[in-house]
Amino acid sequence: MSFLDSRYRARRRNNAVAMALSVGATVFGLGWLVLILGALLWQGFSGLSLSVFTEMTPPPGASGGLLNPIFGSITLTALALLIGTPIGILAGTYMAEYGRYHRLSTVVRFINDILLSAPSIVVGLFIYEVMVAPMGHFSGLAGGVALAVIVIPVVVRTTEDMLTLVPNSLREAATSIGLPRSMSITHICYRAARAGMVTGVLLAVARISGETAPLLFTSLNNQFWSTNLNGPLASLPVVIFQFALSPYKDWQSLAWTGALIITLAVLALSITARSLIATGKQP
Amino acid sequence: MVDLALPKGLVVSVAGTARARVLDRLRVGDAAFRQLTRAAAIVVLLLLSGVIVALAVGSLPALQTFGFGFFTTDKWNPVTEKFGALAAIYGTLVTSLIGMLIAVPVGLMIAFFLTELCPQWLRRPIGIAIELLAGIPSIIYGIWGLFLFAPFLQETLQPLLINTLGNVPGIAPLFAGPPYGIGVLTAGLILGIMVLPFVTSISRDVFEAVPAVLKEAAYGVGCTTWEVVRYVVLPYARVGVIGGVMLGLGRALGETMAVTFVIGNAHRVQASLLAPGTTISATIANEFTEAVGDLYTSSLIALGLILFVITFIVLALARYMLLRIERRIG
Repeated sequence: MSFLDSRYRARRRNNAVAMALSVGATVFGLGWLVLILGALLWQGFSGLSLSVFTEMTPPPGASGGLLNPIFGSITLTALALLIGTPIGILAGTYMAEYGRYHRLSTVVRFINDILLSAPSIVVGLFIYEVMVAPMGHFSGLAGGVALAVIVIPVVVRTTEDMLTLVPNSLREAATSIGLPRSMSITHICYRAARAGMVTGVLLAVARISGETAPLLFTSLNNQFWSTNLNGPLASLPVVIFQFALSPYKDWQSLAWTGALIITLAVLALSITARSLIATGKQP
Repeated sequence: MVDLALPKGLVVSVAGTARARVLDRLRVGDAAFRQLTRAAAIVVLLLLSGVIVALAVGSLPALQTFGFGFFTTDKWNPVTEKFGALAAIYGTLVTSLIGMLIAVPVGLMIAFFLTELCPQWLRRPIGIAIELLAGIPSIIYGIWGLFLFAPFLQETLQPLLINTLGNVPGIAPLFAGPPYGIGVLTAGLILGIMVLPFVTSISRDVFEAVPAVLKEAAYGVGCTTWEVVRYVVLPYARVGVIGGVMLGLGRALGETMAVTFVIGNAHRVQASLLAPGTTISATIANEFTEAVGDLYTSSLIALGLILFVITFIVLALARYMLLRIERRIG
């Protein structure tokens, strides 16, 4: 009896310990989010002023802003979307509509999943090898292409997933009134899956707007205002990298401010994307 | 399947040539669109093969010069142009290992909390918060790690480790030397925080896919919550959890910016976890733009190739395992 009793108590104790540990783990996990966001607000908010958005990056010791890297980041992101989104959507369309059970789709799906989590620095090396080295100079164009390589797998994945969710009866109805396949896809399926596909693009933007590694040796950096895509282009993440590792206090505080801007933008994007999915699910 | 509702011959016989022309145009457009999408899918394939070919070609000079010795020496000297990848490979593996040692148990416990203990209304907010942790760009972890986390470790955790575990025979060399703040341990800890959300969200998904009947049966014979998770949920979800862990490992191995900030960039293989080290990605990020000479550049690209091959194997295994559990569920 006492043996059973003690065994029972041991099991209850183990259960209590495990429960406490799991609550502790959750608090631990959420704690980092609070700590990091808190640090960003604390360090970056004081430097946030209008001049950040209207002035160029300063030389050490002077005051200035982040206008050229912000512009550069937006340009690079737009360029990456311009190249990556059409390819991603079309490839996703092939996999979900034309070749859903085709061997090619299975292979592309597997390769795409690998690309989705491949180290981004390797993408930078790849674009360096195929664009920067042959052209002989760093360029914003190369940076945009490098980011596009990261955009493509994200968009392929979400497009395929969302098109797979479109009910077949819609496609059958479109075919039955004589619509060609391509039109039933672009006019019916794309519309039905629109919210999900937009979400994919937003997630891709969130992913690339903080990417630093692929830009380090493609678009490099530029201290001055430049709209020339054929030359080095400043971007927020690279400027943060350079400024944070510098010994100058002004540069470090600008780096924190830039970090705050990026994080707020990325979090806003991913929350918008999430709520889009949430509203899209309800009929 | 169906290209057009009406076959060509029928149209011509029934209606005039104008209608036939319209339908012809549609048919051509249809075929063009199909080929366009197929080409885009092939572009995805070409991307991956392009990465492999470009890296292989770029790393050829280094691999030819150093041969197999490239993998076994930790000499990294740009002046004498002697390069070896050992220190970087070692650093990559050790930091990822430390990261996984933290992320896996904590991630599993959070998944346990989210699926079994958490009140329903709190599940979504906590789940989203954990996933936001994954959304924070890695450079943010880097700047935070360099300015706040590393100094904090230097003053608290590291002296503590030196004074306690540093005196334990056997593992003492792991915690030898002064507390620098930055170093292998700090990089590993930050990797752990970064990988945590990946492990958590995949574990949660596979835990949720465990059939309720199994859990109810276990509760029915008097199991405690922990026993249900330990002996029913975890064994059932094992393959998926391992897949999720490998996916996280793939992230940790390739993570660049956060590590670059806090690793210290020292090309040495050292026993002490508190000493500065380097990883493959940090070496490339730090040195590539400053690399002069073909051999130096080529050695860095060879490092990239090694990293890509390692992550490719890990990620392929992860996908294979996740695919297996998906088939079982679906």
